[in-house]
Amino acid sequence: MIHSLNADQQAVLARQLAGHDGSCSQGMTLSRRNFLRSSGGAGLALAFAWLPMGRASAASPLDSMAAPVSAPFAPNAFVRVGPDNVVTIVCKHLEMGQGNTTGLATLVADELDADWSLVRTEYAPSDARIYNNTLYGAMQITGGSSTIANSFEQMRSAGATARAMLVTAAASAWNVPASEIKTSNSVLTHASGRHGTYGEMAEAAGRLAVPKDVTLKQPSQFTLIGKQTATPRVDSTSKCNGAALYTIDVKLPGLLTAVIAFPPSFGARLISFDPAEALRVPGVTDVVQVPEGIAVVGKGMWAALRGRRALKVQWDESASASINSDAVLAQYRSQARNPGTPFARPADGQQTPNAAVKTIQATYEFPFLAHATMEPMNCVVWLHEGILETWSAHQFTTLDHTLAAKAAKLPMDKVRLHTLVSGGSFGRRANFVSDSTVAAVNIAVAIKGRAPVRLQFSREDDTGGGMYRPMYVHAVKAGLDATGKLAGWQHTIVGQSIFAGTVLGSFVIKDGIDAMSVEGVFPSQYAIPQMMGDLHSTDLPIPPLWWRSVGNSHSAFVMETMIDELAAAAGEDAVAFRLALLGNNERVAGVLKLVAEKAGWGKPTEPGIEQGIAVHQCFGTSVAQVADVSMKDGKVRVHRVVCAVDCGVAVNPDVIRAQMEGGIGFAMSALYYGEIEIEAGRAVQRNFDRYRVLRIYEMPKVEVHIVSSNAAPTGVGEPGVPPLAPAVANAMARLGVPRVRRLPLARAGLVAL
Amino acid sequence: MTISLNINGKTREFSGDPDTPLLWVIRDDLGLTGTKYGCGIAQCGACTVHVDGVPLRSCSSPVATMPGRAITTIEGLSSRVAKAVQKAWIELDVAQCGYCQSGQIMSAVALLEKKAKLSDRDIDLGMAGNICRCATYQRIRAAIHLASKRLASGDPP
Repeated sequence: MIHSLNADQQAVLARQLAGHDGSCSQGMTLSRRNFLRSSGGAGLALAFAWLPMGRASAASPLDSMAAPVSAPFAPNAFVRVGPDNVVTIVCKHLEMGQGNTTGLATLVADELDADWSLVRTEYAPSDARIYNNTLYGAMQITGGSSTIANSFEQMRSAGATARAMLVTAAASAWNVPASEIKTSNSVLTHASGRHGTYGEMAEAAGRLAVPKDVTLKQPSQFTLIGKQTATPRVDSTSKCNGAALYTIDVKLPGLLTAVIAFPPSFGARLISFDPAEALRVPGVTDVVQVPEGIAVVGKGMWAALRGRRALKVQWDESASASINSDAVLAQYRSQARNPGTPFARPADGQQTPNAAVKTIQATYEFPFLAHATMEPMNCVVWLHEGILETWSAHQFTTLDHTLAAKAAKLPMDKVRLHTLVSGGSFGRRANFVSDSTVAAVNIAVAIKGRAPVRLQFSREDDTGGGMYRPMYVHAVKAGLDATGKLAGWQHTIVGQSIFAGTVLGSFVIKDGIDAMSVEGVFPSQYAIPQMMGDLHSTDLPIPPLWWRSVGNSHSAFVMETMIDELAAAAGEDAVAFRLALLGNNERVAGVLKLVAEKAGWGKPTEPGIEQGIAVHQCFGTSVAQVADVSMKDGKVRVHRVVCAVDCGVAVNPDVIRAQMEGGIGFAMSALYYGEIEIEAGRAVQRNFDRYRVLRIYEMPKVEVHIVSSNAAPTGVGEPGVPPLAPAVANAMARLGVPRVRRLPLARAGLVAL
Repeated sequence: MTISLNINGKTREFSGDPDTPLLWVIRDDLGLTGTKYGCGIAQCGACTVHVDGVPLRSCSSPVATMPGRAITTIEGLSSRVAKAVQKAWIELDVAQCGYCQSGQIMSAVALLEKKAKLSDRDIDLGMAGNICRCATYQRIRAAIHLASKRLASGDPP
């Protein structure tokens, strides 16, 4: 999502995120020694003083309401072993479906030699000093496909430390050298026949000093990491029997439900409202104005929705009339013809006269896209006795915490976040204004904390409310020299900056260039000669946001279809042409060669089916895909997608496969149907009837091949998305379909509706 | 007015607006939260329950139409077919975010209760009303086939 921050940037960010009172560092008085003494028989709590916190998947949120106390022994805040032999792993990252809970647990459990069936997980509280994303400095945030990458050493160290202490405790109890003790499946054994479970040794281990340095396993010693079937997902059972607790499922005494009458269009302003009719609806308890709109609060969702329907609100939409996506596109096309702020130029002295003898010129157009998570945005808050509690799928935990405190006018240590599993995100749950959290707090304040309240977006609120993958236009002119080699590349990009004007803007925007606006083009995985890149960052009253793979969601389509056209123009094989441009980028070349081999690239396929190929590296992970595609009656069909991925150490191979499968399906939704049009400031597509997403009968067969690697692991949540659309488009071109340069395909009538 | 409902084999009373969609009665009044809200217009299938054994979109079914009918939610699944489906789902780690999976499983169970041996096309048609934004469709298909195979073999689920 964003690049790593240096120490200075982290310090600046920490001050910014500490917000209005900087109080997040208070409450740090319990020493580890005191804690361990006071926790008595609680076992090895390599952890933290908020031991009574409930599990992430606990049936009732009330279980997790014990007061959190931040512990000062941060390095070991990730694991504890109970006297019942249960290993509890504390996850600092949000599970949104990407399987990172299973991944984090795997890292700890492997080094701990824990019995996987005894592993439980729970979410960390909000505490950026302990649970920050180490790639992003001072922030506790899940994003940028970074969970495993930033946790690999940290979580393994936590597990190895716990194991070392258990071994030391056993050695002492049995009076044998620690080096002679073996561990496996949560059991300690010695050749003498002495043995004991982790649970039996936990209390003794908890009395020991925490070792400073522990030795981590060599990859050859892994028992869980990289194993095909050793680590089934920790969340499968609860997600198959209805027990998993999402924000929408939270139950609290007297809980009310709120919906908001949001402005009906971007740019609309409230003139007046009359609550009388809404208040007459049975079950409606409150109608209150909040900065986000008019909140209708009631007993249950139906009462709130009926109340909102009955509410009389007048909006001034005079500023909305001119907000139209067609007009935005026309403006972008015009801007793309002119130079903007440079993001790429040949190095001084490297400029050469244009050697191109054959050029291809194309303009590519990408629509707004909604994340359309299955669980519409929501948050539960309870303001009581000077404390604010929230229950939600907190993804940008530190900002949610900061902004919730600000909205409630409370110091941060009076605000407790309870993180719950998310019904999808794709980037939506992490945003710069913590929209659903702050709005819920505003409602709780407006009803004076009379009862806990859940703010629930309807599907229409969610899809129609902005925070879209922004519209983008790319204009590219690329040329081949007389020998068919790439000779030059001019690339102009037009679109909204995601980071402009946000708390993180100064870290990501350099010299007028938002790195997320140009990623995938610059830097490029290819050695592109004479690259000239320009960016026009636009400003619209439609809030933009990162959307699974961010800039790569459009840039990969441009790069990988243009490269394919250039290969064809040069009379070269699409794989060979790419390999020549990849130079020493061996991992990208590796997945390209692997996918070509596995998909039978270049060999005759079934009649009527053509293959298209694309490769793209993002978030440090390289993914190549070959799509087998046919056209029937002018409509596209994707039969099979073969995918090769190199993400370094494959911590959970089956989770990686699932992310590639899901990323491909997600990308197909956008390729086929994805588009939010804006007319007079209003989103035209507001629900799944018009904002169509892929259904089961459109899903191709997906085969995933994972490169075996001992390199540091990189993410898999996003990188499966970018190559799909260009791979399919490249196959369509081979089938004789004129190049489609405006997405989605349905717009050109190329999808069977 | 009071409406008497048969949910998961138990009789439950509901007093309130008879137009209330069954979904919100199940979730907000009866506290059975495994059935999910996704769209409110019978497009996504997250709210699928069984009514007299037939999959139904509870978000678009007024509670007033429910008396005298047997309603089953994900929490009430108990048949041999249901157990086989849930087991296959867990075995293949179908779920990602999991939010749609109650609905997917309800549709799959109803499909397999009606027809034991399913082609890919049968599955495509039977499951077309259930959206999965994580696109777990390949595994959904595989899990239905696996459950079908297990049921045909007569093994205990």
